[in-house]
Amino acid sequence: MGHANLPNYGTAPAPESDAYDAQVLDALLVDAAEVVRRYPQKESALLPLLHLVQSVDGYVTTRGIEFCAAMLGLSAAEVSGVATFYTQYKRHPNGDYTIGVCTNTLCALMGGDAIFERLSDHLGVDHDETTPDGAITLERVECNAACDYAPVVMANWEFFDNQTPESAVDLADALRSGAPVRPSRGADRVCTFRQVSRVLAGFPDGRADEGPGAGEASLVGLRLAKERGWHAPEPGQAQDNAADTGGRTPSGGLEPGRSGSTDTPANEPDEKPGDGKVEK
Amino acid sequence: MSTQLTPVLTRYWDEPRSWTLESYERTGGYTGLRNALAKDPAELVGIAKESGLRGRGGAGFPTGMKWGFLPEPDGGPRYLVVNADESEPGTCKDMPLLMASPQLLVEGMAITSYAIGCTHAFVYVRGEVVHVYRRVLQAVQEAYAAGYLGRDILGSGFDLDITVHAGAGAYICGEETALLDSLEGRRGQPRLKPPFPAVAGLYARPTVVNNVESIASVPSILANGADWFGGMGTEKSKGYGIFSLSGHVTRPGQYEAPLGITLRELLDVAGGVRAGHELKFWTPGGSSTPMFTTEHLDVPLDFESVAKAGSMLGTRALQIFDETVSVVKAVSRWIDFYAHESCGKCTPCREGTYWLKQILTRLEAGQGVPGDLEKLDDIASNILGRSFCALGDGATSPVHSGLKYFRDEFEQAMHTPVDVSFPPHRSTVFAKEDVTS
Ligand SMILES: Cc1cc2nc3c(=O)[nH]c(=O)nc-3n(C[C@H](O)[C@H](O)[C@H](O)COP(=O)(O)O)c2cc1C
Ligand code: SF4
Ligand code: FES
Repeated sequence: MGHANLPNYGTAPAPESDAYDAQVLDALLVDAAEVVRRYPQKESALLPLLHLVQSVDGYVTTRGIEFCAAMLGLSAAEVSGVATFYTQYKRHPNGDYTIGVCTNTLCALMGGDAIFERLSDHLGVDHDETTPDGAITLERVECNAACDYAPVVMANWEFFDNQTPESAVDLADALRSGAPVRPSRGADRVCTFRQVSRVLAGFPDGRADEGPGAGEASLVGLRLAKERGWHAPEPGQAQDNAADTGGRTPSGGLEPGRSGSTDTPANEPDEKPGDGKVEK
Repeated sequence: MSTQLTPVLTRYWDEPRSWTLESYERTGGYTGLRNALAKDPAELVGIAKESGLRGRGGAGFPTGMKWGFLPEPDGGPRYLVVNADESEPGTCKDMPLLMASPQLLVEGMAITSYAIGCTHAFVYVRGEVVHVYRRVLQAVQEAYAAGYLGRDILGSGFDLDITVHAGAGAYICGEETALLDSLEGRRGQPRLKPPFPAVAGLYARPTVVNNVESIASVPSILANGADWFGGMGTEKSKGYGIFSLSGHVTRPGQYEAPLGITLRELLDVAGGVRAGHELKFWTPGGSSTPMFTTEHLDVPLDFESVAKAGSMLGTRALQIFDETVSVVKAVSRWIDFYAHESCGKCTPCREGTYWLKQILTRLEAGQGVPGDLEKLDDIASNILGRSFCALGDGATSPVHSGLKYFRDEFEQAMHTPVDVSFPPHRSTVFAKEDVTS
């Protein structure tokens, strides 16, 4: 049977997927109902439900889209429109492990580009492609909020800090062989794509207590402060530790500054929602 | 006296099992909530205003004032939504905070919710950091079990539920109105303002959106007092904040210090730029804030001083680049990011970032066409101020500041590939030292 008569909600030809069998569907319905209960309005459950679909199917399938739509009273096109917006939702079967190499500027320069290149050669796949054995999907990812550990590699969204091309190849080989692999800061072992998708749908896997509280770079400032006896002032002796700006801060008439870049302010500092100005 | 580090949020990150409620309570956790529940909610908004706390998510909007903007209660729901989408390039403070001390956020949310009359609060965690999501989920569960969340919290009569929500990979969902759309189950695209979230936010109800670090700072203010908080920092940028040093620095990592500390002081404690190299350029608050150079080492890192020097404090994401790095390449890569993450809602950003990317890709390859530099400047100028949200504005920062400080490098890239002028291996952490360098 060709694809011609099947709905195709994505850009790539959607692989065919049979209807869920009764047992799977029953379990999905129970889980989905729990997800929906977390929100005042059921549409809010869509993102976690798409993660849930990936936990069963390994990507966002046609039947998964239809399931979400039926659960939430949306059209399949609406669900698909959402699924295609977010990079973590996969439009074709994902590998058991996604290896995401951060190639945003800082990591890229610190070695991320070299790591990606080596992995790509080693695995014989490029960005957003999966090895023929279905083990590994290779990706370039954007800044993963771990720049102080650059270059960073994510395996199924667990941190592998301070990587080199060699360590990344070892990581890929270990994951491929099915051996347990321990992230730098994360669970005791990297879980599969489906397992992690279930966690992201809001179903804890009991691994929160595994792994460290903080890595070395996260602690570096704290350690230095302890060594040097630095600390925030005790309550009641407030002035002690004010920044010594030694006259560099212009006094009075400070410039209001452009509105933030990383930001659309909720309101301008002198503005009240709606219209009128508030007094400073 | 030079400015010293002041660990408050980071203070207990090295405790055994620091993420557990047990560890948090042992180190004084939930004192702030007890103090808060004994007060009138309006008084709490007053304390937040007095402390001078300003948003830690980038814009520095006064937090207490934001809470105070909610209209009078009308009997319907009011929401607190915490922005844990942390995706601005260079920004890496909220994720370690939530991994090491998630209870700081939960306590801060309980206090804030009580202050603004919210009984159902949300945390929107970026989806690409699964272990952080596990820790936050567990922290919320533990807080319920101990009676810090749920019904009649600590016998006060105050009820609060918290839902922890995972995103699915989209930088734009950090923009607060896009975040709300995403949380409502839609594509994350920004909303027209006004109405502001304070009036019509989540489910069109009054909503406060705050950054993780902003809310995590609240318990210490309630425990130690507004004066204590305001005693740190500068006149208009009060308190402490986490400064994230990354890149070509000897000891990258998180440094918590009063606002107003300088990069020179921070580099001093961080062991300076990596051995044998020197500072070339840096971002004060992520890639969306115009870059600085060595002339800005002594700019106090507070909202006003950084703005006066032509950039923005942003998220205090200090990405440090040494002389091995090509500015053209850095800018080009950042523009790839903005082009990829543009949500497509408005034309200046969607089309503008696409065209910037074409030109920068040519320049990286040393194949500029006459007029390219003028065109870069012109396109960026047409994005800035004409975009629907601040993502578009942010995209222009690296372009304009790069051209301003390093125009000669762009000229050179007209004919010479950047990888020839700046061999990429020299910038990597695993570079073997060149014999000649
Ligand atoms: C493109 C874009 C991305 C943003 N990303 C984040 C983010 O990841 N985390 C965050 O707290 N604020 C982010 N912001 C700022 C938010 O819009 C909002 O101002 C902030 O969450 C308010 O919290 P605060 O007042 O506590 O700082 C972003 C803004 C823009 C325009
Ligand atoms: S500026 Fe960019 S991200 Fe913001 S609304 Fe326009 S297209 Fe979307
Ligand atoms: S740039 Fe790679 S984690 Fe931030």
